[in-house]
Amino acid sequence: MLTQRLLLSDRGGMIVLGLIVLMAIVVPVCNLLVPSDSAFHVSTYTVTLLGKFLCFALLALSVDLIWGYAGILSLGHGAFFALGGYAMGMYLMRQIGDRGEYGHPVLPDFMVFLNWDSLPWYWQGFDMFWFAALMVLLVPGLLALVFGWLAFRSRVTGVYFAIITQALTYALMLAFFRNEMGFGGNNGLTDFKDILGFSITAKGTRISLFVASALMLILGYLACRYIVTSRMGRVIVSIRDAESRTRFCGYKVESYKLWLFVFSSMLAGIAGALYVPQVGIINPGEFSPLNSIEFVVWVAAGGRGTLFGAIVGAFSVNYAKTLFTTWSPESWLFVLGALFVIVTLILPQGLVGLFDKLKREKKTESDNSEESTESKEAL
Amino acid sequence: MNTTGQPRTHIGRLFLSLLLPLLLCVCTTAYAQNEEALAEQARAIAQASLMKRDDAIDALTQVAHPRVPVILSALLEGNLYSDDEDENRILIERADGSLENALTGESLGTDIDTKRIPVTTRMRTQIRNILARLNLDSENTQTRYEAVQRMIKEGIDENNVELLKARGEVEDARLVNETIESALALYDLQSDNERVRLSAIKSLRGSLVGETRNELRRLRDYDPVPAVQEAAAEALESIQTKLEFYKLVESIFFGLSLGSVLLLAAIGLAITFGVMGVINMAHGELMMIGAYTTWVIQQLFPDQIAWSLAMAVPAAFLVSGLVGIAIERGVIRFLYGRPLETLLATFGLSLILQQAARTIFSPLNRSVELPVWMSGSLQLNPALSLTLNRLYILAFGLIVFFLLMAILKRTSLGLKVRAVSQNRSMARAVGVRASWVDAMTFGLGSGIAGVAGVALSQLTNVGPNLGQAYIIDSFMVVVFGGVGNLWGTLVGAMGLGVINKFMEPWAGAVLAKVLVLVMLILFIQKRPKGLFPQKGRAAE
Repeated sequence: MLTQRLLLSDRGGMIVLGLIVLMAIVVPVCNLLVPSDSAFHVSTYTVTLLGKFLCFALLALSVDLIWGYAGILSLGHGAFFALGGYAMGMYLMRQIGDRGEYGHPVLPDFMVFLNWDSLPWYWQGFDMFWFAALMVLLVPGLLALVFGWLAFRSRVTGVYFAIITQALTYALMLAFFRNEMGFGGNNGLTDFKDILGFSITAKGTRISLFVASALMLILGYLACRYIVTSRMGRVIVSIRDAESRTRFCGYKVESYKLWLFVFSSMLAGIAGALYVPQVGIINPGEFSPLNSIEFVVWVAAGGRGTLFGAIVGAFSVNYAKTLFTTWSPESWLFVLGALFVIVTLILPQGLVGLFDKLKREKKTESDNSEESTESKEAL
Repeated sequence: MNTTGQPRTHIGRLFLSLLLPLLLCVCTTAYAQNEEALAEQARAIAQASLMKRDDAIDALTQVAHPRVPVILSALLEGNLYSDDEDENRILIERADGSLENALTGESLGTDIDTKRIPVTTRMRTQIRNILARLNLDSENTQTRYEAVQRMIKEGIDENNVELLKARGEVEDARLVNETIESALALYDLQSDNERVRLSAIKSLRGSLVGETRNELRRLRDYDPVPAVQEAAAEALESIQTKLEFYKLVESIFFGLSLGSVLLLAAIGLAITFGVMGVINMAHGELMMIGAYTTWVIQQLFPDQIAWSLAMAVPAAFLVSGLVGIAIERGVIRFLYGRPLETLLATFGLSLILQQAARTIFSPLNRSVELPVWMSGSLQLNPALSLTLNRLYILAFGLIVFFLLMAILKRTSLGLKVRAVSQNRSMARAVGVRASWVDAMTFGLGSGIAGVAGVALSQLTNVGPNLGQAYIIDSFMVVVFGGVGNLWGTLVGAMGLGVINKFMEPWAGAVLAKVLVLVMLILFIQKRPKGLFPQKGRAAE
């Protein structure tokens, strides 16, 4: 019953999930077992790159959940992503221990550099993985709870919500740039050594992180799918399509929006936490409003309101980004900008919508040809 | 503060700046007649014997020529030379070791055999006094003010007092006069007679010259007469209150100045977002285009810097306005009624425009030259000086604001804009070409963004990221003030600017910005429709 609801009725999702599972099996095999001179070998660099894409896909999923289904456009999802990343980064910093440049047993390098003599209270506990993992969920979740409660309660919707979320991430970016905040200021957190006792640069760790990201993405997808196919999901869609009417029907619109927003922010936090050990750095740049708005365009390019469309979008846009930035870095912003315009003007349903349209045209074409042959026979 | 005299001097300055080129022409012809006299007297200094040189110096002082102070200060510093081969040629050594012709200032390179023209200590004192007098008698109020300030800093002695008294009798600028009075009183403080000291303290009450407080503190702590000590303490207190007041005035000014920049950035948005309901994330880039227009105009007419702004304002309005119309016709037209899509599409446009600026003008910042009439500051008193460029931009922001108000309220375009924004179908029914009005309105808003860019180019460097820095702030202003209400935008911009500047001293610039953003988010909770919400049916 549950599989029917989550998977079988969702063909696109099944295809995309299948591809991810395939990737999660094939890529490690090709990396570890295939000799490096073979054409089928996948380099560790590619593994990390794909792992990054998987995190982005999870993030795109979280954006699609609230934008595609509840019509809440958040231009501040980068904040939740980065907060999750910082929580993981703090754990990784504490794992460095006395191997830092200054060799202090507890304090990270940048604190020694700032002449701090003890760990600030909010760094306590981050030497334990379970605590950090909890914070990855709690910090973005709490922020979303407070912010969402304030915003939804006073019925800030649509464009206004988009702008104040953008202001939120902008404010956090400015705050995290300050050295006094105790998060490494401009440079952020970097030079990580190990995670859970394994060296972070080792091949095995990279593969594990990659597989973990793939698993998280699949889990996240199923969870989102569970939500949108539930009764709550229907209410949420009706909020998107007619908010006042839903409210008049007696549903507590604010609570529905709030819980969805909090869940989405936690997903974004998890994506950030998986992203940081793979790229090896987290800095305030992740909070920049440009980043957050880029996430939205992944979803728009893939096709909003389909969940698997978000994954398709995150992969294809980021793949294009990798291609363009290696080929000619200057042109990427032109392409990205054009993508924004094209997607909104010509492809409102994104790539997924384009596939559907092509398929439908093909179908009507074949229907037409069948009809014509039939009519010929009739003649 | 003299509130009535203020605008007059202000306008006077503007007037003067427009006349400046003309004045310069007149002056040059007058100086031409003095060229020969200058050459003659300068030669006399070089050739006179050491004993007669002071007479030669006095004679040189009589010549009215802008090079006279330059030659004298070179002589004072020991940088004045005569050419070994050509006795008639007088040279000045510059700070970097190269030589220039003392009479014309033309550069001569380094390889010339020279002989230093020596000065005695007595002559140094003489030259110092002459220079002080020359500066004191200068036509420029600022130079006179600075001369008095320098004298105070170096300590007033008998020689200076005479000079200052003489100047005080003919001086008509209030600022210089007050400073001279303070200087004379400061001299009197050193007197042995306690009556003189007391009356000096009395006249120093409320004097804002920096040295006054040190001197008064000395008297308060060490003066042998208790009455003088008391008077000094009292005077110090009154000065302190006054200083605090002017500090407050200064913060308000800086706040209003920041507010005026926000206002300029936000009124364009108030049109496109407030009146038309279109979210234009490329608004900042339209400002950037305006700023680059200023830069390009300065590159095209490098010797017309004084007039470049007069050309740049209409040019930037046109360029940004046309780009805006192109954006409206090409993209936004298809997205009316879909605000979130509009937001994304215009954001994409902003990325394209930014990258285009990087490709065309290089990613480096360009600096736009400040015209002479905009540089410098308006010294109201020793504790308060207002930078001219900020003052002009403040005025400019208000002018643009009221002009826009007039366009919306008094012209037929404004009438149509309001009609279309209030009831589109009814406006069309009575024959308003709604789509044409849309394009014009958007062009107007964009043009104003371009004009804001011109103003911004006078405050910061022009770069591809120029607009980005203001876009969030200006959206905040519009949201804070209330969408669709220009007065709200004015109050919102000025309010945010002042709040920001008042928080800066104790919170730091970045934290102040963060706090303001947080406060705004909380403010929106209380008043989701801004300070001045639209009432009635138009509200939803």
